Amino acid sequence: MDTNLKIAVLSGKGGTGKTFVASNLAKIANRAVYLDCDVEEPNGHLFLKGPVLEAFDVDLPMPEVNLDLCDNCRKCVDFCAFNALALISGRVKVFDKICHSCGGCKVICPQNAIEEYNKNIGKIERRHYDNVDVYTGILNPGEESGTSIIKKMMTTIPSGYETAIIDSPPGSACIVMDSIEDADYCVLVAEPTTFGAHNLRMVHELTKVFNKPCGAVLNKTNGEEDPSRIYCMDNNVPILLDIPWRKDISDYIAEGSLVVEKDKELSESFAALLERISQEVQK
Amino acid sequence: MRIGIPAEVKDINGPVSNNFGRTQYYFIYDDSNENYEFISNDAANSQGGAGVKAAQLVVDSKAEIVITPQLGENAAAVLNAANVQIYKCEDGTLMENIKLLKDGRLTLLSSIHKGYHGH
Amino acid sequence: MKKILILSGKGGTGKTTLSSSLIRLLDAKAYADCDVDAPNLHLVMEEENEPLKSDFLGLPAAYIDPAKCISCDLCRQNCRFDAITNINGYIVNDHACEGCKVCTLVCPSDAIEMVPRVIGHLSLYKNGHVFSTAELKMGSGNSGLLVTEVKKHLYVNSKNADIAIIDGSPGIGCPVIASISGVDLVILVSEPTISGFNDMERIIKTSEGFPAKVAVCVNKFDLHLENTEKIISYCSENGIPFVGTIPFDKDASSLINQGKTLADKDGPARDSIIKIMERSMKILNEGDN
Repeated sequence: MDTNLKIAVLSGKGGTGKTFVASNLAKIANRAVYLDCDVEEPNGHLFLKGPVLEAFDVDLPMPEVNLDLCDNCRKCVDFCAFNALALISGRVKVFDKICHSCGGCKVICPQNAIEEYNKNIGKIERRHYDNVDVYTGILNPGEESGTSIIKKMMTTIPSGYETAIIDSPPGSACIVMDSIEDADYCVLVAEPTTFGAHNLRMVHELTKVFNKPCGAVLNKTNGEEDPSRIYCMDNNVPILLDIPWRKDISDYIAEGSLVVEKDKELSESFAALLERISQEVQK
Repeated sequence: MRIGIPAEVKDINGPVSNNFGRTQYYFIYDDSNENYEFISNDAANSQGGAGVKAAQLVVDSKAEIVITPQLGENAAAVLNAANVQIYKCEDGTLMENIKLLKDGRLTLLSSIHKGYHGH
Repeated sequence: MKKILILSGKGGTGKTTLSSSLIRLLDAKAYADCDVDAPNLHLVMEEENEPLKSDFLGLPAAYIDPAKCISCDLCRQNCRFDAITNINGYIVNDHACEGCKVCTLVCPSDAIEMVPRVIGHLSLYKNGHVFSTAELKMGSGNSGLLVTEVKKHLYVNSKNADIAIIDGSPGIGCPVIASISGVDLVILVSEPTISGFNDMERIIKTSEGFPAKVAVCVNKFDLHLENTEKIISYCSENGIPFVGTIPFDKDASSLINQGKTLADKDGPARDSIIKIMERSMKILNEGDN
C-alpha cells in the first residue's frame, strides 16, 4: 500500500471508542483512505456515510475431491497439517472450517483428483464521504477467519493517499496482527476502568511484538483515578489525547455524526492528534 | 461388533476419558469374542482438527459404536458419516459402560457441542 | 478430585478475584490458571519457589537450509501465506508460516524441513500444593490446546487433592470450551451490565452439552441493582442455581496488587464470598452418598 502515513487504531475490547477515534481522524486528514478491518462487525461507514460504489468478492480456495479419480490412497488425509480431511466409507470429506486453503492436498494427490473451487467468505465495499475513501471489509456470518479479507484490502487499494486510517478489529488475536502489519503507527484507545487497562496492556504487548511505535488515546475519562492512564505512565506509552466523557459526544456518536464536523474544539483536538502522530513517526 | 470408548489410562477398570478428541487412548472392545485393545490417539497433540483426526482413528479401527461423555461437532460429523452409533456414557469404568450398553441401559448422545476449534 | 472452573465472559468481571479467594478459603491444594493469553493468578498467589518450566510447541514451521537451497523460487511461489521471502537467500517468516508443509512438497532439492516452534511455556509450582499455569507467546494461535495442557499438568501432579480450582479464560471461544471439558462445576461470575448479562447467556449456552453443573454469581452487584435482579430472574427462569452476590470493593485492585485475595480482608466482600463458596460446595457435592 503506497501511502504516506498508515495509522492503525486498536483497542483491547469493543465499546472503547476505536471507530469513534478512527473515523474522526480520517475525516480530519487530507486525502485519507479509511480501511475498516473489523470484518465481523464493521461500522465505520455508519459515520463516513455514502452509498456503496463498488463491491469486491473475497474468496478462498477450497479443495474438492473428484470421487471418480480418487483411489482412497489417503495421502491427502495423512498430509493435511490441520486435519481438515477424513476418509470415511470410501469418500474423502473436507472440513471447510478447519481448512487453511494451503493447497497441499491438491499438490500431493497422485491421481490429480483434487481441484479447488472458490468459496466466497466475504466482500469489500467501497464508499466515499467528503474527502475520505472508505473501504469496508465484511466477513460472511459463520466464517471463521477474516485474514484474507484484510490482506486483500491492504493490497488492492490504490496508491496516492496521504493518510491511511486502519480501523482494526477489537482484541489482540491473529486478525488484529494482520491489520497492523503494514502500519507506521498504532493508536491504542483505552477507557478509564480496570478492564480497560487490562485490555490496553494486551494491545500494547501486541505492538511491542511487531515493533510498532504507539501512543494512547484515553476516551470517556471522568477526572477520577484512571488505571489506563497509570498503565501508560508506568509503561512509557505517550498519552496523545484525553477525551472526557461528555453527553453531547455520546449523542453525536449515537446519531452517527462525526464530532469533528460538530464541535470546533474537538476538531482542533483531532487535528492536533494527527499532527502529533506524524511527528512521532518521523522521530 | 466393535465398540470404542475414549480412555485416559490403559486399564479396563479405569474411567472413561472426559475428552473425545484429545484422549490419550481408545479402548476398542470386540463384542463377538470379548477381545480388546487400547490404541494410542495421535490426535491428542494436534494443533487443530483433533476431533476429525480422532474420529478418523476410531472409524479406522472399525468401531461401530462409540460411548463418550460428549462430542464436538467435527468428530460427530465424521462418526455420523461412517454410521457409527454414539451413546452417552454413564459414571463408571470402561467395562461397566460396556455392560450397561449390552443391558440396553445407555442412551444415545443427544447434544453435540461446538468443539474446541484449536487453530 | 472434584474440579471447579470459574468463568466470566468478558475480562474484568472478577473471575480471578473469585478464584483466588476460593483457593484461600478452601485451602485448595490444586489450582490452575487457564487464561493462557494473559495469566494473572500467579500475581495474586505469590508462590515462594521457582516453578518447573517446560516448552509448549506449536505447529512446526518450515526451515530452509541455505546449503541445499538452489533458489528455484518454487517454495515462495507456492506459499499461500506469503511466509517465504528472498532477501539475501530464501527465508521463512516464523510468524506468517502456518505449518502447512506445501513448500516441503514442491522443493526439488530437499532443502526444507519442518522444525518445532516454541509458542509458549508451562509452569508448575509445587510447594505442598500444586499450581499449574502457562503463557502463550503473543502472536500464536492454539490457546485451546495449551489450556488442555495446563489442566493435564495439574491433574497428573496432584492426584491426592480433593478439590481443584481452575481460573478459566475470558471470552466464549475455544480456550473456554477447552476449560469446561471434564470439570464438575462451573461458577460463572457475571456483572450487572448489558455485556455482563449477554456473556453470561453465551457461556451458559456454551456449557450445554458438557456434563458440568453451572452456577451463577454477580460481582459488583451494588453498581446496578436492577441489572442484578435481571440476572437473578434469568437464573430462576432457567433453573440455574444462583449462588450469591459480591459487593463492589474499591480496595480490590490494590489488594490484588499486594498479592492478597479478597478473602484476606475482613469485610462484606469476604463474607459474601464465603456464602458463595458454601452454596457452591453444596451443589458440587449434591448427589454424592
